[in-house]
Amino acid sequence: MRVASCSAMDGCTSMTDASHREAPSAPTSDNRLKRSIQAFAQPRLTLIPADSTASRALVIVIAIMTFLATLTGGSAMLIYQASQNWNSAISREMTIQVKPQLGRDIEADVRKAADLARMPGFADVRIFSREESSRLLEPWLGAGLDLSELPVPRLIVLKIDPGGRPDLAALREQLSKQVPNAALDDHHIWLERLSTMSRALVVVAVIILLLVLLAMVLAVAFATRGAMAGSREIIDVLHFVGAPNRFIAAEFQRHFLKLGLRGGLIGGGFALVVFYLAGLLTAWWIASPEASQVEALFGRFALGALGYLTIIVLSAAIALLTAAMSRSVVLRRLRRMN
Amino acid sequence: MVRFENVGLRYGMGTEVLKDISFSVEPQSFQFLTGPSGAGKTTLLRLILMSLKPTRGFISLFGQDASQLTKDDISAIRRRIGVVFQDFRLLDHLTTYENVALPLFVQGQEESTYRPQVVELLRWVGLGDHIHSYPPVLSGGEKQRAAIARALIVQPELLLADEPTGNVDPTLARRLLRLFMELNKSGTSVVIATHDLALMDQFEDARRFVLGDGRLHIYD
Ligand SMILES: Nc1ncnc2c1ncn2[C@@H]1O[C@H](COP(=O)(O)OP(=O)(O)O)[C@@H](O)[C@H]1O
Ligand SMILES: [Mg+2]
Repeated sequence: MRVASCSAMDGCTSMTDASHREAPSAPTSDNRLKRSIQAFAQPRLTLIPADSTASRALVIVIAIMTFLATLTGGSAMLIYQASQNWNSAISREMTIQVKPQLGRDIEADVRKAADLARMPGFADVRIFSREESSRLLEPWLGAGLDLSELPVPRLIVLKIDPGGRPDLAALREQLSKQVPNAALDDHHIWLERLSTMSRALVVVAVIILLLVLLAMVLAVAFATRGAMAGSREIIDVLHFVGAPNRFIAAEFQRHFLKLGLRGGLIGGGFALVVFYLAGLLTAWWIASPEASQVEALFGRFALGALGYLTIIVLSAAIALLTAAMSRSVVLRRLRRMN
Repeated sequence: MVRFENVGLRYGMGTEVLKDISFSVEPQSFQFLTGPSGAGKTTLLRLILMSLKPTRGFISLFGQDASQLTKDDISAIRRRIGVVFQDFRLLDHLTTYENVALPLFVQGQEESTYRPQVVELLRWVGLGDHIHSYPPVLSGGEKQRAAIARALIVQPELLLADEPTGNVDPTLARRLLRLFMELNKSGTSVVIATHDLALMDQFEDARRFVLGDGRLHIYD
Protein backbone atom coordinates (compact mmCIF):
# COMPACT_ATOMS: atom_id res chain seq x y z
CA MET A 1 0.00 0.00 0.00
CA ARG A 2 1.08 3.53 -0.51
CA VAL A 3 1.10 4.36 3.17
CA ALA A 4 1.64 8.06 3.05
CA SER A 5 1.42 7.65 6.78
CA CYS A 6 4.73 5.93 6.70
CA SER A 7 6.59 9.21 6.34
CA ALA A 8 4.91 10.43 9.48
CA MET A 9 5.78 7.24 11.25
CA ASP A 10 9.08 6.02 12.56
CA GLY A 11 11.17 6.53 9.47
CA CYS A 12 9.29 4.16 7.30
CA THR A 13 10.24 4.36 3.65
CA SER A 14 7.59 5.09 1.11
CA MET A 15 6.18 2.01 -0.51
CA THR A 16 5.44 3.60 -3.81
CA ASP A 17 9.08 3.20 -4.77
CA ALA A 18 8.57 -0.47 -5.26
CA SER A 19 5.84 -0.02 -7.82
CA HIS A 20 7.92 2.50 -9.74
CA ARG A 21 10.77 0.07 -9.97
CA GLU A 22 8.44 -2.36 -11.67
CA ALA A 23 9.04 -1.14 -15.21
CA PRO A 24 6.16 -2.44 -17.31
CA SER A 25 7.84 -4.15 -20.24
CA ALA A 26 5.99 -4.58 -23.50
CA PRO A 27 4.08 -7.85 -23.43
CA THR A 28 5.88 -9.60 -26.24
CA SER A 29 4.76 -13.16 -26.80
CA ASP A 30 8.20 -14.33 -25.68
CA ASN A 31 7.74 -12.42 -22.47
CA ARG A 32 4.27 -13.77 -21.95
CA LEU A 33 5.45 -17.31 -22.49
CA LYS A 34 8.25 -16.80 -19.99
CA ARG A 35 5.80 -15.39 -17.51
CA SER A 36 3.32 -18.22 -17.87
CA ILE A 37 6.13 -20.74 -17.48
CA GLN A 38 7.23 -18.93 -14.34
CA ALA A 39 3.69 -18.86 -13.05
CA PHE A 40 3.44 -22.57 -13.68
CA ALA A 41 6.76 -23.38 -12.07
CA GLN A 42 6.16 -21.19 -9.06
CA PRO A 43 4.35 -22.83 -6.20
CA ARG A 44 1.05 -21.03 -6.19
CA LEU A 45 -0.72 -20.05 -3.01
CA THR A 46 -2.87 -23.04 -2.09
CA LEU A 47 -5.89 -21.82 -0.22
CA ILE A 48 -7.34 -25.28 0.38
CA PRO A 49 -4.79 -27.32 2.31
CA ALA A 50 -3.92 -30.34 0.18
CA ASP A 51 -2.48 -32.75 2.69
CA SER A 52 -5.35 -33.65 4.96
CA THR A 53 -6.34 -37.19 5.83
CA ALA A 54 -9.56 -36.73 3.89
CA SER A 55 -7.62 -35.69 0.78
CA ARG A 56 -5.38 -38.72 1.00
CA ALA A 57 -8.38 -41.01 1.45
CA LEU A 58 -10.03 -39.48 -1.61
CA VAL A 59 -6.87 -39.95 -3.68
CA ILE A 60 -6.95 -43.65 -2.78
CA VAL A 61 -10.65 -43.93 -3.66
CA ILE A 62 -10.07 -42.20 -7.01
CA ALA A 63 -7.03 -44.41 -7.67
CA ILE A 64 -9.05 -47.57 -7.05
CA MET A 65 -11.98 -46.33 -9.13
CA THR A 66 -9.66 -45.33 -11.97
CA PHE A 67 -7.98 -48.71 -11.81
CA LEU A 68 -11.32 -50.52 -11.99
CA ALA A 69 -12.64 -48.27 -14.72
CA THR A 70 -9.57 -48.57 -16.92
CA LEU A 71 -9.30 -52.30 -16.26
CA THR A 72 -12.90 -52.73 -17.39
CA GLY A 73 -12.42 -50.45 -20.36
CA GLY A 74 -9.23 -52.21 -21.41
CA SER A 75 -10.79 -55.64 -21.05
CA ALA A 76 -13.75 -54.58 -23.17
CA MET A 77 -11.32 -53.43 -25.83
CA LEU A 78 -9.45 -56.74 -25.69
CA ILE A 79 -12.65 -58.72 -26.05
CA TYR A 80 -13.75 -56.56 -28.93
CA GLN A 81 -10.33 -56.82 -30.58
CA ALA A 82 -10.22 -60.60 -30.27
CA SER A 83 -13.74 -61.02 -31.57
CA GLN A 84 -12.99 -58.74 -34.52
CA ASN A 85 -9.84 -60.69 -35.37
CA TRP A 86 -11.60 -63.96 -35.11
CA ASN A 87 -14.57 -62.67 -36.98
CA SER A 88 -12.64 -61.48 -39.96
CA ALA A 89 -10.43 -64.57 -40.02
CA ILE A 90 -13.41 -66.86 -39.90
CA SER A 91 -15.60 -65.00 -42.31
CA ARG A 92 -12.86 -64.97 -44.92
CA GLU A 93 -12.76 -68.73 -44.87
CA MET A 94 -15.04 -71.66 -45.34
CA THR A 95 -14.34 -75.34 -45.08
CA ILE A 96 -15.57 -78.43 -46.77
CA GLN A 97 -15.30 -81.42 -44.52
CA VAL A 98 -15.12 -84.82 -46.18
CA LYS A 99 -15.86 -87.76 -43.92
CA PRO A 100 -14.35 -91.11 -44.76
CA GLN A 101 -16.98 -93.66 -45.67
CA LEU A 102 -16.62 -97.33 -46.14
CA GLY A 103 -16.50 -98.32 -49.74
CA ARG A 104 -15.57 -94.86 -51.00
CA ASP A 105 -12.18 -93.60 -52.04
CA ILE A 106 -11.61 -90.61 -49.80
CA GLU A 107 -8.79 -89.20 -51.90
CA ALA A 108 -11.05 -89.17 -54.94
CA ASP A 109 -13.89 -87.61 -52.94
CA VAL A 110 -11.61 -84.88 -51.67
CA ARG A 111 -10.33 -84.11 -55.15
CA LYS A 112 -13.87 -84.08 -56.52
CA ALA A 113 -15.15 -81.73 -53.84
CA ALA A 114 -12.19 -79.41 -54.41
CA ASP A 115 -12.89 -79.34 -58.13
CA LEU A 116 -16.51 -78.43 -57.48
CA ALA A 117 -15.38 -75.60 -55.25
CA ARG A 118 -13.14 -74.08 -57.90
CA MET A 119 -15.75 -71.58 -58.92
CA PRO A 120 -15.98 -67.78 -59.12
CA GLY A 121 -15.93 -66.09 -55.70
CA PHE A 122 -13.26 -68.26 -54.15
CA ALA A 123 -9.71 -67.02 -54.32
CA ASP A 124 -8.06 -70.16 -53.17
CA VAL A 125 -9.01 -73.79 -52.65
CA ARG A 126 -6.56 -75.77 -50.58
CA ILE A 127 -6.73 -79.41 -49.68
CA PHE A 128 -5.36 -80.27 -46.28
CA SER A 129 -3.19 -83.34 -46.77
CA ARG A 130 -3.59 -86.34 -44.58
CA GLU A 131 -0.58 -85.25 -42.49
CA GLU A 132 -1.91 -81.74 -42.05
CA SER A 133 -5.30 -83.02 -40.99
CA SER A 134 -3.66 -85.29 -38.47
CA ARG A 135 -1.61 -82.43 -37.13
CA LEU A 136 -4.77 -80.44 -36.49
CA LEU A 137 -5.85 -83.21 -34.18
CA GLU A 138 -2.56 -83.36 -32.33
CA PRO A 139 -3.49 -80.93 -29.59
CA TRP A 140 -6.44 -83.12 -28.73
CA LEU A 141 -5.01 -86.57 -29.31
CA GLY A 142 -1.34 -85.96 -28.57
CA ALA A 143 1.65 -86.19 -30.86
CA GLY A 144 3.31 -89.37 -31.93
CA LEU A 145 0.09 -91.22 -32.43
CA ASP A 146 -0.13 -93.04 -35.71
CA LEU A 147 -3.33 -91.84 -37.28
CA SER A 148 -2.94 -93.61 -40.57
CA GLU A 149 -5.38 -96.30 -39.51
CA LEU A 150 -7.93 -93.89 -38.06
CA PRO A 151 -10.73 -92.56 -40.22
CA VAL A 152 -9.69 -88.93 -40.00
CA PRO A 153 -12.02 -86.48 -41.77
CA ARG A 154 -10.32 -84.35 -44.39
CA LEU A 155 -10.60 -80.65 -44.82
CA ILE A 156 -10.65 -78.39 -47.82
CA VAL A 157 -10.15 -74.75 -46.95
CA LEU A 158 -11.79 -72.21 -49.25
CA LYS A 159 -10.54 -68.62 -49.17
CA ILE A 160 -13.18 -66.16 -50.25
CA ASP A 161 -12.26 -63.52 -52.79
CA PRO A 162 -12.37 -60.11 -51.14
CA GLY A 163 -15.65 -58.77 -52.48
CA GLY A 164 -16.53 -62.09 -54.08
CA ARG A 165 -19.91 -63.74 -53.48
CA PRO A 166 -19.64 -67.43 -54.24
CA ASP A 167 -22.89 -69.21 -55.00
CA LEU A 168 -23.05 -71.34 -51.89
CA ALA A 169 -26.46 -72.87 -52.62
CA ALA A 170 -25.21 -74.22 -55.94
CA LEU A 171 -22.07 -75.57 -54.32
CA ARG A 172 -24.09 -77.33 -51.61
CA GLU A 173 -26.38 -78.86 -54.18
CA GLN A 174 -23.52 -80.14 -56.31
CA LEU A 175 -21.77 -81.53 -53.26
CA SER A 176 -24.81 -83.42 -52.03
CA LYS A 177 -25.30 -84.91 -55.48
CA GLN A 178 -21.73 -85.88 -56.26
CA VAL A 179 -19.97 -86.21 -52.90
CA PRO A 180 -22.70 -86.91 -50.32
CA ASN A 181 -20.17 -87.46 -47.53
CA ALA A 182 -18.92 -83.87 -47.88
CA ALA A 183 -20.38 -80.94 -45.95
CA LEU A 184 -19.88 -77.24 -46.48
CA ASP A 185 -19.42 -75.25 -43.33
CA ASP A 186 -19.65 -71.46 -43.72
CA HIS A 187 -19.17 -70.87 -39.96
CA HIS A 188 -22.18 -68.57 -39.78
CA ILE A 189 -23.48 -70.14 -36.59
CA TRP A 190 -20.11 -69.58 -34.97
CA LEU A 191 -19.97 -66.06 -36.23
CA GLU A 192 -23.39 -65.20 -34.87
CA ARG A 193 -22.65 -66.70 -31.50
CA LEU A 194 -19.33 -64.99 -31.34
CA SER A 195 -20.66 -61.56 -32.13
CA THR A 196 -23.59 -61.93 -29.74
CA MET A 197 -21.29 -63.00 -26.97
CA SER A 198 -18.70 -60.33 -27.52
CA ARG A 199 -21.36 -57.66 -27.83
CA ALA A 200 -22.90 -58.81 -24.55
CA LEU A 201 -19.52 -58.72 -22.86
CA VAL A 202 -18.82 -55.23 -24.13
CA VAL A 203 -22.24 -54.04 -22.91
CA VAL A 204 -21.56 -55.54 -19.48
CA ALA A 205 -18.16 -53.84 -19.40
CA VAL A 206 -19.66 -50.48 -20.30
CA ILE A 207 -22.31 -50.85 -17.58
CA ILE A 208 -19.63 -51.69 -15.02
CA LEU A 209 -17.62 -48.70 -16.22
CA LEU A 210 -20.59 -46.37 -15.80
CA LEU A 211 -21.36 -47.75 -12.34
CA VAL A 212 -17.75 -47.24 -11.28
CA LEU A 213 -17.83 -43.67 -12.58
CA LEU A 214 -21.12 -43.01 -10.79
CA ALA A 215 -19.72 -44.33 -7.52
CA MET A 216 -16.68 -42.14 -7.99
CA VAL A 217 -18.70 -39.04 -8.71
CA LEU A 218 -20.73 -39.64 -5.55
CA ALA A 219 -17.57 -40.16 -3.53
CA VAL A 220 -16.18 -36.90 -4.90
CA ALA A 221 -19.41 -35.06 -4.12
CA PHE A 222 -19.32 -36.22 -0.51
CA ALA A 223 -15.64 -35.46 -0.23
CA THR A 224 -16.27 -31.97 -1.57
CA ARG A 225 -18.96 -31.37 1.04
CA GLY A 226 -16.59 -32.60 3.70
CA ALA A 227 -13.82 -30.37 2.44
CA MET A 228 -16.17 -27.39 2.41
CA ALA A 229 -17.30 -28.05 5.95
CA GLY A 230 -13.67 -28.34 6.99
CA SER A 231 -12.83 -25.14 5.15
CA ARG A 232 -15.67 -23.06 6.52
CA GLU A 233 -13.22 -20.68 8.16
CA ILE A 234 -11.29 -20.25 4.92
CA ILE A 235 -14.45 -19.65 2.92
CA ASP A 236 -15.60 -17.01 5.43
CA VAL A 237 -12.31 -15.14 5.25
CA LEU A 238 -12.30 -15.32 1.46
CA HIS A 239 -15.81 -13.89 1.42
CA PHE A 240 -14.78 -11.06 3.72
CA VAL A 241 -11.83 -10.05 1.58
CA GLY A 242 -14.20 -9.88 -1.37
CA ALA A 243 -13.66 -13.18 -3.16
CA PRO A 244 -16.61 -13.96 -5.42
CA ASN A 245 -18.10 -17.46 -5.28
CA ARG A 246 -16.57 -18.43 -8.61
CA PHE A 247 -13.12 -17.64 -7.21
CA ILE A 248 -13.75 -19.92 -4.26
CA ALA A 249 -15.21 -22.60 -6.52
CA ALA A 250 -12.14 -22.34 -8.73
CA GLU A 251 -9.90 -22.87 -5.70
CA PHE A 252 -11.80 -26.01 -4.77
CA GLN A 253 -11.73 -27.13 -8.38
CA ARG A 254 -7.97 -26.71 -8.47
CA HIS A 255 -7.67 -28.64 -5.22
CA PHE A 256 -9.79 -31.53 -6.47
CA LEU A 257 -8.17 -31.53 -9.88
CA LYS A 258 -4.88 -32.07 -8.10
CA LEU A 259 -6.34 -34.96 -6.11
CA GLY A 260 -8.02 -36.36 -9.22
CA LEU A 261 -4.80 -36.22 -11.21
CA ARG A 262 -2.91 -37.88 -8.40
CA GLY A 263 -5.53 -40.65 -8.07
CA GLY A 264 -5.84 -41.01 -11.84
CA LEU A 265 -2.09 -41.29 -12.22
CA ILE A 266 -1.86 -44.01 -9.59
CA GLY A 267 -4.92 -45.98 -10.76
CA GLY A 268 -4.27 -45.57 -14.47
CA GLY A 269 -0.58 -46.30 -13.97
CA PHE A 270 -1.39 -49.54 -12.21
CA ALA A 271 -3.79 -50.53 -14.99
CA LEU A 272 -1.13 -49.83 -17.62
CA VAL A 273 1.36 -52.00 -15.72
CA VAL A 274 -1.20 -54.79 -15.32
CA PHE A 275 -2.03 -54.86 -19.03
CA TYR A 276 1.61 -54.68 -19.98
CA LEU A 277 2.54 -57.56 -17.67
CA ALA A 278 -0.46 -59.59 -18.82
CA GLY A 279 0.66 -59.05 -22.40
CA LEU A 280 4.19 -60.19 -21.58
CA LEU A 281 2.94 -63.17 -19.62
CA THR A 282 0.63 -64.44 -22.34
CA ALA A 283 3.29 -63.85 -25.01
CA TRP A 284 5.64 -66.00 -22.99
CA TRP A 285 2.98 -68.60 -22.38
CA ILE A 286 1.80 -68.63 -25.97
CA ALA A 287 5.33 -69.48 -27.04
CA SER A 288 4.61 -72.99 -25.76
CA PRO A 289 2.92 -75.28 -28.31
CA GLU A 290 -0.01 -76.19 -26.06
CA ALA A 291 -1.14 -72.62 -26.07
CA SER A 292 -1.25 -72.09 -29.79
CA GLN A 293 -4.90 -73.12 -29.86
CA VAL A 294 -5.71 -70.56 -27.19
CA GLU A 295 -3.95 -67.92 -29.21
CA ALA A 296 -5.93 -68.94 -32.25
CA LEU A 297 -9.09 -68.48 -30.23
CA PHE A 298 -8.39 -65.31 -28.31
CA GLY A 299 -5.60 -63.65 -30.19
CA ARG A 300 -2.71 -62.22 -28.24
CA PHE A 301 -3.76 -60.88 -24.87
CA ALA A 302 -2.05 -57.63 -25.67
CA LEU A 303 -3.54 -54.18 -25.67
CA GLY A 304 -2.53 -52.14 -28.67
CA ALA A 305 -1.33 -48.55 -28.64
CA LEU A 306 -4.96 -47.47 -28.93
CA GLY A 307 -5.79 -49.42 -25.79
CA TYR A 308 -3.00 -47.81 -23.80
CA LEU A 309 -4.04 -44.42 -25.10
CA THR A 310 -7.62 -45.15 -24.01
CA ILE A 311 -6.44 -45.91 -20.48
CA ILE A 312 -4.49 -42.66 -20.33
CA VAL A 313 -7.38 -40.63 -21.71
CA LEU A 314 -9.83 -42.34 -19.34
CA SER A 315 -7.61 -41.55 -16.34
CA ALA A 316 -7.30 -37.92 -17.37
CA ALA A 317 -11.05 -37.73 -17.96
CA ILE A 318 -11.64 -39.05 -14.44
CA ALA A 319 -9.40 -36.30 -13.03
CA LEU A 320 -11.32 -33.67 -14.99
CA LEU A 321 -14.63 -35.20 -13.93
CA THR A 322 -13.49 -34.96 -10.30
CA ALA A 323 -12.66 -31.28 -10.72
CA ALA A 324 -15.88 -30.44 -12.54
CA MET A 325 -17.98 -32.32 -10.01
CA SER A 326 -16.44 -30.55 -7.04
CA ARG A 327 -16.82 -27.20 -8.75
CA SER A 328 -20.53 -27.71 -9.28
CA VAL A 329 -21.04 -28.95 -5.71
CA VAL A 330 -19.15 -25.96 -4.31
CA LEU A 331 -21.04 -23.44 -6.42
CA ARG A 332 -24.37 -24.97 -5.49
CA ARG A 333 -23.57 -24.95 -1.79
CA LEU A 334 -22.07 -21.45 -1.83
CA ARG A 335 -25.19 -20.16 -3.48
CA ARG A 336 -27.24 -21.62 -0.65
CA MET A 337 -24.89 -20.24 2.00
CA ASN A 338 -25.62 -16.96 3.86
CA MET B 1 -20.56 6.13 2.39
CA VAL B 2 -22.48 4.12 5.00
CA ARG B 3 -25.97 5.10 6.02
CA PHE B 4 -28.28 3.34 8.51
CA GLU B 5 -31.91 4.34 8.94
CA ASN B 6 -33.95 2.88 11.79
CA VAL B 7 -32.09 -0.38 11.59
CA GLY B 8 -33.09 -3.11 14.00
CA LEU B 9 -31.57 -6.52 14.46
CA ARG B 10 -32.39 -9.58 16.47
CA TYR B 11 -30.62 -12.93 16.45
CA GLY B 12 -33.17 -15.65 15.80
CA MET B 13 -36.16 -15.27 18.10
CA GLY B 14 -34.30 -13.27 20.77
CA THR B 15 -34.86 -9.65 21.74
CA GLU B 16 -33.57 -6.91 19.51
CA VAL B 17 -29.84 -6.43 20.01
CA LEU B 18 -29.91 -3.20 18.00
CA LYS B 19 -32.95 -0.89 17.92
CA ASP B 20 -33.65 2.02 15.61
CA ILE B 21 -30.05 2.65 14.71
CA SER B 22 -29.57 5.66 12.45
CA PHE B 23 -26.22 7.16 11.51
CA SER B 24 -23.99 7.78 8.58
CA VAL B 25 -20.27 7.47 8.01
CA GLU B 26 -18.96 10.23 5.81
CA PRO B 27 -16.00 9.92 3.47
CA GLN B 28 -12.68 10.58 5.25
CA SER B 29 -14.30 10.54 8.67
CA PHE B 30 -12.98 8.90 11.81
CA GLN B 31 -15.21 7.42 14.47
CA PHE B 32 -14.94 5.28 17.53
CA LEU B 33 -17.75 2.83 18.15
CA THR B 34 -17.94 2.16 21.83
CA GLY B 35 -20.12 0.67 24.51
CA PRO B 36 -19.90 -2.05 27.12
CA SER B 37 -19.16 -5.62 26.19
CA GLY B 38 -22.23 -7.21 24.63
CA ALA B 39 -23.66 -3.84 23.57
CA GLY B 40 -23.67 -4.87 19.91
CA LYS B 41 -20.49 -3.33 18.48
CA THR B 42 -19.48 -6.44 16.61
CA THR B 43 -23.04 -6.92 15.44
CA LEU B 44 -23.12 -3.39 14.01
CA LEU B 45 -19.85 -3.94 12.14
CA ARG B 46 -21.21 -7.19 10.73
CA LEU B 47 -24.23 -5.32 9.43
CA ILE B 48 -21.95 -2.89 7.60
CA LEU B 49 -20.03 -5.84 6.19
CA MET B 50 -23.28 -7.48 5.06
CA SER B 51 -22.49 -10.69 6.85
CA LEU B 52 -25.78 -10.08 8.68
CA LYS B 53 -29.07 -8.85 7.28
CA PRO B 54 -30.99 -6.33 9.35
CA THR B 55 -34.39 -7.49 10.59
CA ARG B 56 -35.75 -4.03 9.78
CA GLY B 57 -34.63 -0.66 8.57
CA PHE B 58 -32.60 0.57 5.64
CA ILE B 59 -28.87 0.33 4.99
CA SER B 60 -27.01 1.92 2.13
CA LEU B 61 -23.38 1.27 1.29
CA PHE B 62 -21.37 3.40 -1.13
CA GLY B 63 -24.65 4.82 -2.33
CA GLN B 64 -26.27 1.45 -2.99
CA ASP B 65 -29.28 -0.04 -1.23
CA ALA B 66 -27.79 -3.00 0.64
CA SER B 67 -30.95 -5.10 0.31
CA GLN B 68 -30.73 -4.92 -3.48
CA LEU B 69 -27.15 -6.09 -3.86
CA THR B 70 -26.26 -9.30 -5.67
CA LYS B 71 -23.51 -11.57 -4.38
CA ASP B 72 -21.09 -10.15 -6.90
CA ASP B 73 -21.97 -6.60 -5.84
CA ILE B 74 -21.28 -7.60 -2.25
CA SER B 75 -17.90 -9.06 -3.21
CA ALA B 76 -17.06 -5.85 -5.08
CA ILE B 77 -18.05 -3.68 -2.11
CA ARG B 78 -16.08 -5.81 0.33
CA ARG B 79 -12.97 -5.22 -1.73
CA ARG B 80 -13.31 -1.54 -0.87
CA ILE B 81 -13.55 -2.30 2.85
CA GLY B 82 -10.73 -3.43 5.11
CA VAL B 83 -11.74 -5.39 8.20
CA VAL B 84 -9.85 -6.27 11.35
CA PHE B 85 -11.74 -8.96 13.23
CA GLN B 86 -11.76 -9.26 16.97
CA ASP B 87 -10.63 -12.88 16.60
CA PHE B 88 -8.21 -12.01 13.73
CA ARG B 89 -9.39 -14.77 11.39
CA LEU B 90 -5.97 -15.50 10.00
CA LEU B 91 -5.65 -18.70 7.99
CA ASP B 92 -3.44 -21.07 9.93
CA HIS B 93 -2.04 -22.90 6.92
CA LEU B 94 -0.78 -19.73 5.26
CA THR B 95 2.30 -17.79 6.31
CA THR B 96 1.98 -14.30 7.72
CA TYR B 97 3.07 -12.97 4.35
CA GLU B 98 0.45 -15.01 2.50
CA ASN B 99 -2.26 -14.01 4.95
CA VAL B 100 -1.53 -10.33 4.45
CA ALA B 101 -1.27 -10.72 0.68
CA LEU B 102 -4.55 -12.65 0.52
CA PRO B 103 -6.83 -9.73 -0.49
CA LEU B 104 -4.50 -8.83 -3.36
CA PHE B 105 -4.24 -12.46 -4.39
CA VAL B 106 -8.03 -12.70 -4.42
CA GLN B 107 -8.14 -9.64 -6.66
CA GLY B 108 -5.98 -11.53 -9.12
CA GLN B 109 -2.88 -9.38 -8.77
CA GLU B 110 0.49 -10.82 -9.70
CA GLU B 111 2.69 -11.76 -6.78
CA SER B 112 5.67 -9.93 -8.24
CA THR B 113 3.72 -6.65 -8.25
CA TYR B 114 2.62 -6.72 -4.63
CA ARG B 115 5.42 -8.55 -2.88
CA PRO B 116 7.47 -5.43 -2.00
CA GLN B 117 4.43 -3.65 -0.58
CA VAL B 118 3.44 -6.59 1.56
CA VAL B 119 6.95 -7.07 2.92
CA GLU B 120 7.26 -3.36 3.63
CA LEU B 121 3.97 -3.24 5.48
CA LEU B 122 4.87 -6.33 7.50
CA ARG B 123 8.17 -4.72 8.51
CA TRP B 124 6.35 -1.60 9.45
CA VAL B 125 3.92 -3.34 11.79
CA GLY B 126 6.91 -5.09 13.33
CA LEU B 127 6.45 -8.49 11.75
CA GLY B 128 9.58 -8.34 9.61
CA ASP B 129 11.00 -11.34 11.40
CA HIS B 130 7.79 -13.35 11.06
CA ILE B 131 7.15 -13.09 7.35
CA HIS B 132 7.38 -16.84 6.90
CA SER B 133 5.89 -17.83 10.24
CA TYR B 134 2.47 -19.40 10.51
CA PRO B 135 -0.19 -17.78 12.71
CA PRO B 136 -0.27 -20.58 15.33
CA VAL B 137 3.26 -19.65 16.42
CA LEU B 138 2.54 -15.92 16.65
CA SER B 139 1.66 -14.18 19.90
CA GLY B 140 -1.74 -12.50 20.30
CA GLY B 141 -0.28 -9.09 19.56
CA GLU B 142 1.54 -10.36 16.49
CA LYS B 143 -1.63 -11.94 15.14
CA GLN B 144 -3.40 -8.67 15.74
CA ARG B 145 -0.82 -6.79 13.72
CA ALA B 146 -0.97 -9.32 10.92
CA ALA B 147 -4.76 -8.93 10.85
CA ILE B 148 -4.41 -5.15 10.70
CA ALA B 149 -1.84 -5.41 7.91
CA ARG B 150 -4.24 -7.60 5.93
CA ALA B 151 -6.95 -4.94 6.28
CA LEU B 152 -4.63 -2.12 5.24
CA ILE B 153 -2.90 -3.76 2.30
CA VAL B 154 -5.70 -2.93 -0.16
CA GLN B 155 -5.81 0.76 0.89
CA PRO B 156 -9.50 0.46 1.64
CA GLU B 157 -11.94 3.32 1.34
CA LEU B 158 -13.47 2.19 4.61
CA LEU B 159 -11.67 0.50 7.48
CA LEU B 160 -13.61 -1.42 10.11
CA ALA B 161 -11.64 -2.56 13.12
CA ASP B 162 -13.12 -4.59 15.96
CA GLU B 163 -11.12 -4.06 19.18
CA PRO B 164 -7.88 -3.72 17.20
CA THR B 165 -5.83 -2.82 20.27
CA GLY B 166 -7.26 -5.46 22.56
CA ASN B 167 -4.16 -7.63 22.52
CA VAL B 168 -1.31 -5.18 22.32
CA ASP B 169 0.63 -3.17 24.88
CA PRO B 170 -0.18 0.55 25.25
CA THR B 171 2.86 1.64 23.25
CA LEU B 172 1.95 -0.45 20.25
CA ALA B 173 -1.71 0.51 20.70
CA ARG B 174 -0.70 4.14 20.37
CA ARG B 175 1.36 3.36 17.28
CA LEU B 176 -1.48 1.47 15.67
CA LEU B 177 -3.90 4.28 16.44
CA ARG B 178 -1.51 6.72 14.77
CA LEU B 179 -1.42 4.43 11.78
CA PHE B 180 -5.20 4.47 11.59
CA MET B 181 -5.17 8.26 11.91
CA GLU B 182 -2.64 8.62 9.09
CA LEU B 183 -4.65 6.24 6.99
CA ASN B 184 -7.66 8.45 7.67
CA LYS B 185 -5.71 11.55 6.61
CA SER B 186 -4.88 9.88 3.30
CA GLY B 187 -8.60 9.48 2.64
CA THR B 188 -9.90 6.33 4.32
CA SER B 189 -12.96 6.44 6.55
CA VAL B 190 -12.27 4.62 9.79
CA VAL B 191 -14.62 2.97 12.26
CA ILE B 192 -12.92 1.51 15.32
CA ALA B 193 -14.93 -0.49 17.80
CA THR B 194 -13.30 -0.32 21.19
CA HIS B 195 -14.03 -0.02 24.86
CA ASP B 196 -10.54 1.31 25.55
CA LEU B 197 -11.20 4.78 26.95
CA ALA B 198 -7.51 5.64 27.11
CA LEU B 199 -7.21 4.95 23.41
CA MET B 200 -10.13 7.20 22.53
CA ASP B 201 -8.70 9.99 24.62
CA GLN B 202 -5.71 10.10 22.31
CA PHE B 203 -7.89 11.27 19.46
CA GLU B 204 -10.26 13.79 20.95
CA ASP B 205 -11.54 15.02 17.59
CA ALA B 206 -12.94 11.69 16.52
CA ARG B 207 -16.67 11.17 16.52
CA ARG B 208 -17.97 8.75 19.09
CA PHE B 209 -20.80 6.33 18.50
CA VAL B 210 -21.88 4.98 21.85
CA LEU B 211 -24.05 1.88 22.01
CA GLY B 212 -26.17 1.24 25.06
CA ASP B 213 -29.37 -0.74 25.54
CA GLY B 214 -29.40 -1.42 21.83
CA ARG B 215 -29.54 2.27 20.94
CA LEU B 216 -26.91 4.48 19.41
CA HIS B 217 -25.86 7.89 20.73
CA ILE B 218 -23.60 10.02 18.62
CA TYR B 219 -21.14 12.56 20.04
CA ASP B 220 -19.52 14.72 17.40
N1 LIG C 1 -24.45 -15.24 16.52
C1 LIG C 1 -25.16 -14.81 17.58
N2 LIG C 1 -26.29 -15.44 17.93
C2 LIG C 1 -27.02 -15.02 18.97
N3 LIG C 1 -26.72 -13.97 19.71
C3 LIG C 1 -25.60 -13.28 19.42
C4 LIG C 1 -24.76 -13.66 18.35
N4 LIG C 1 -23.72 -12.81 18.28
C5 LIG C 1 -23.91 -11.91 19.29
N5 LIG C 1 -25.03 -12.19 19.96
C6 LIG C 1 -25.56 -11.40 21.11
O1 LIG C 1 -25.74 -10.08 20.67
C7 LIG C 1 -25.32 -9.18 21.68
C8 LIG C 1 -24.29 -8.22 21.13
O2 LIG C 1 -23.10 -8.94 20.86
P1 LIG C 1 -21.82 -8.27 20.21
O3 LIG C 1 -22.27 -7.55 18.98
O4 LIG C 1 -20.80 -9.32 20.02
O5 LIG C 1 -21.39 -7.25 21.30
P2 LIG C 1 -19.98 -6.50 21.47
O6 LIG C 1 -19.18 -6.73 20.25
O7 LIG C 1 -20.35 -5.08 21.69
O8 LIG C 1 -19.35 -7.06 22.69
C9 LIG C 1 -24.81 -10.01 22.82
O9 LIG C 1 -25.84 -10.10 23.78
C10 LIG C 1 -24.55 -11.36 22.22
O10 LIG C 1 -24.82 -12.36 23.17
MG1 LIG D 1 -17.39 -7.64 19.98
